[in-house]
Amino acid sequence: MSLILLVTYVSAGVFIVAVVSRFVKYASLPIHLRWELYPVAHEKGRAKYGGSYLEELDWWTKPRESSLIGELKVMIPEILFLAGVREHNKNHWLRSFPFHFGLYLLAGLIVLLIVGAVLEAVGIAVSREAGLAGRAIHHLTYIVGWVGLVLGLLGAIALLVRRVFNASYREYTKKADYFNLAFFIVTFVVAVAAHGMADPYFADLRSYAGSLLMFDFDFSARPLLAAEIVLASILVAYVPLTHMSHFFTKWFMYHGIRWSDEPAQRGGKIEGRVEQLLKHRVTWAAPHIRGDGKKNWVDVATSDVVEDRQQ
Amino acid sequence: MKRVKVEDISRPSEKLSELRKEDFKPLPADFADPEATPEFKPLSDEARQKFEATLDDTLALSLPKPKSKEEEDELVARFLSGMEKLFSEENNWTFLQPLLLSMEHCAACHTCSDACHIYEASGENPIYRPAYRSEVFRRLYKKHVKGNGGLLSAWRSGEIELNWTTVARLAELAYRCNLCRRCAQTCPIGVDNALIAHEIRKVFSQEMGIAPREIHLDGSVKQLRTGSSTGMSAEVVKDNIEFIDEDISEKTGLSIETPWDKHGADILLIHNAGEILSWPLNPGAFAVIFESAGLSWTMSSEIAAYDGINYGVWYDDFQFARVAIKHAEAARKLGVKKIVLGECGHAHKALTVIADRVLTGELNIPRESCMVTFWDLISSGRIKVDPSRNDFPVTLHDPCNLVRLMGIVDPQRKILKKIAPRFREMTPHGVENYCCGGGSGFAIMSGHNFADWRAQISGRKKLEQVLNAFKDELDPSVKKYLCAPCSNCKGQLRDLLSYYDVWEKYGILYDGMAELIVNCMTDVEPGFIEWEWH
Repeated sequence: MSLILLVTYVSAGVFIVAVVSRFVKYASLPIHLRWELYPVAHEKGRAKYGGSYLEELDWWTKPRESSLIGELKVMIPEILFLAGVREHNKNHWLRSFPFHFGLYLLAGLIVLLIVGAVLEAVGIAVSREAGLAGRAIHHLTYIVGWVGLVLGLLGAIALLVRRVFNASYREYTKKADYFNLAFFIVTFVVAVAAHGMADPYFADLRSYAGSLLMFDFDFSARPLLAAEIVLASILVAYVPLTHMSHFFTKWFMYHGIRWSDEPAQRGGKIEGRVEQLLKHRVTWAAPHIRGDGKKNWVDVATSDVVEDRQQ
Repeated sequence: MKRVKVEDISRPSEKLSELRKEDFKPLPADFADPEATPEFKPLSDEARQKFEATLDDTLALSLPKPKSKEEEDELVARFLSGMEKLFSEENNWTFLQPLLLSMEHCAACHTCSDACHIYEASGENPIYRPAYRSEVFRRLYKKHVKGNGGLLSAWRSGEIELNWTTVARLAELAYRCNLCRRCAQTCPIGVDNALIAHEIRKVFSQEMGIAPREIHLDGSVKQLRTGSSTGMSAEVVKDNIEFIDEDISEKTGLSIETPWDKHGADILLIHNAGEILSWPLNPGAFAVIFESAGLSWTMSSEIAAYDGINYGVWYDDFQFARVAIKHAEAARKLGVKKIVLGECGHAHKALTVIADRVLTGELNIPRESCMVTFWDLISSGRIKVDPSRNDFPVTLHDPCNLVRLMGIVDPQRKILKKIAPRFREMTPHGVENYCCGGGSGFAIMSGHNFADWRAQISGRKKLEQVLNAFKDELDPSVKKYLCAPCSNCKGQLRDLLSYYDVWEKYGILYDGMAELIVNCMTDVEPGFIEWEWH
């Protein structure tokens, strides 16, 4: 049974490497031209109607007021409740929200299992008869685990049904998308079966979490539980390798683009980065550019248009 | 309506999609019956034979048909070469990060579709979904740039074939989006389909030399060569402004003289030069306001600096940068403290926001919106207003570039609340506004039957909004004012209102903000606004 632990360790490793490498990939891309989109959530006092510091007379002479609370007021409902989808696409939200919220709860389940395992490792029992901490973890694990599984399963089924039976969705759905949803559904079904038929309080999973933490390779599991663990582990590794990595790349979409409104200052950091990029040599071939790999951005942008195009 | 799959774009056929008036979203008022709306002029047979016209029933690009298979293959190869450059830091650092993020993360939830005025107005034509062209481009990218086109790529990213049909249709399809970014605003993940349309346009322009004549040859190229896309040289523009000053002086009873090339002035004012030719009251009104307030200001007769347009912002980073640098260079030479942008939305965004990471060192001269300047002058009492002179229904069209893309929302509203007692908002408005339908260059594009497309499809939602804003006073004897503080929007609104005969039928006139302000200035002779169609 040590193979199950190995799968989980490898999967966790793949997850971390995939997330970190994608994060580094996007973070190390060059600074882009400003492309913000209003409302910008950190615009203090203006975000509610979509205003910006550009509404100020002589805005460059005044301190910019940025509000972290303003950002959190947008980010928290967006992350937790998919507020944007609810506002703009209610039908989809009815399917997408349970799926995503179910996943959040299952992420919470993992945390609760680890906390429970640590408590047990230090001699604090986790059960309905245990002390306050152990009892709280026991009940929380039960509620969070089951609500997460049921919501996740229902949401994934609803999303799959829509993708299969709604032509507009079907036409944009790739085979991989069907596979992804099916993967979630199978994993959830196996998990429901594993804990419905036995271990309704996730105690065996907590033992497994303990084995993972203690590198106890003697762990043994029922076939259904083993299947659940393997499927869930592989799923965790798989998600950041797909477009579902939006769960963290969305940070760039918002903070790096939509809300990226910092103006360049003479001699400032942004200007320094831009000046380096302007040295890049270009190879665009159109007649008005004639990028020969020797001219850089400044050369082209400060040159005259030398030739009309054919049209 | 016929369903169209993403991969259908590669399959040769007479037309990928058909535009039928009866499919379009019904309009309010007398236009509810499709029969009451003008006919959609069909493309001529000659145009169909000569140009690539297999996307829908109009043409924006007029792309000549290749004469041979070899020529087709060469064009496809050049397109692919352009795509590869688009995804390289050296050639496209300007938008690489936003582009890659939008390429990788679409969940195909179609939230963007409901936000798009073109998709809605067309009666939900599948090729006008914001995600349609993006998905075509995404599949091409994943198959030909990122991946090796194997079975795994198709399984993960979907089927697509790269051939001349795909390329020609994609070129046209890049010009069925106003780049208003309303779709991006609603995307729960942050995918930006307008950005993708913008980047596709860049591949065609920067690599293949393909762009609509109106925005390239007759637009940015002409501006860089003669000084203005209108063709006005410095001498001509000065003459025209002199005539305007004379007219305005006579009309207002004030002595107005626009200063030119005044070194050390506080403000360099840059108009969209289209105003000078098509709506001369607007630059005249600016001169009245600035002179009456005693501002230290000037205009510049340097090449490109008396025309605030920057069409490159819609299709070509290099043309964009060339023009932005000319604007900033003129301001630097004059030693002004700031540039104030006249009533032109894309000029606002191009020079203030997008060029912010192009103009380095001494070229980084502060830029400000005229809406901010106007509100300061009114709120501080430097110009005196009598709102009773504007006692007629007024609504405001929000140029996308000012609101959604710059966050300049409140000053124009404060002005209108102060000077227009019968002001009412459109629904929706502010950052949730709808594009006029002329965005991203369409306002100046009227080749073949594209003007019909603009009026019947891209402008349809705006017409609905305008009629609804005045729905309680549609009687033509009540003169109504559609305030559109953007030259390109005005161009589109002029064509749109004229197409449906809205002035005659409902008495709705469009014009700018400056005219409305001067119309109620107490030290100006009454009756500045000319209530006749123009």
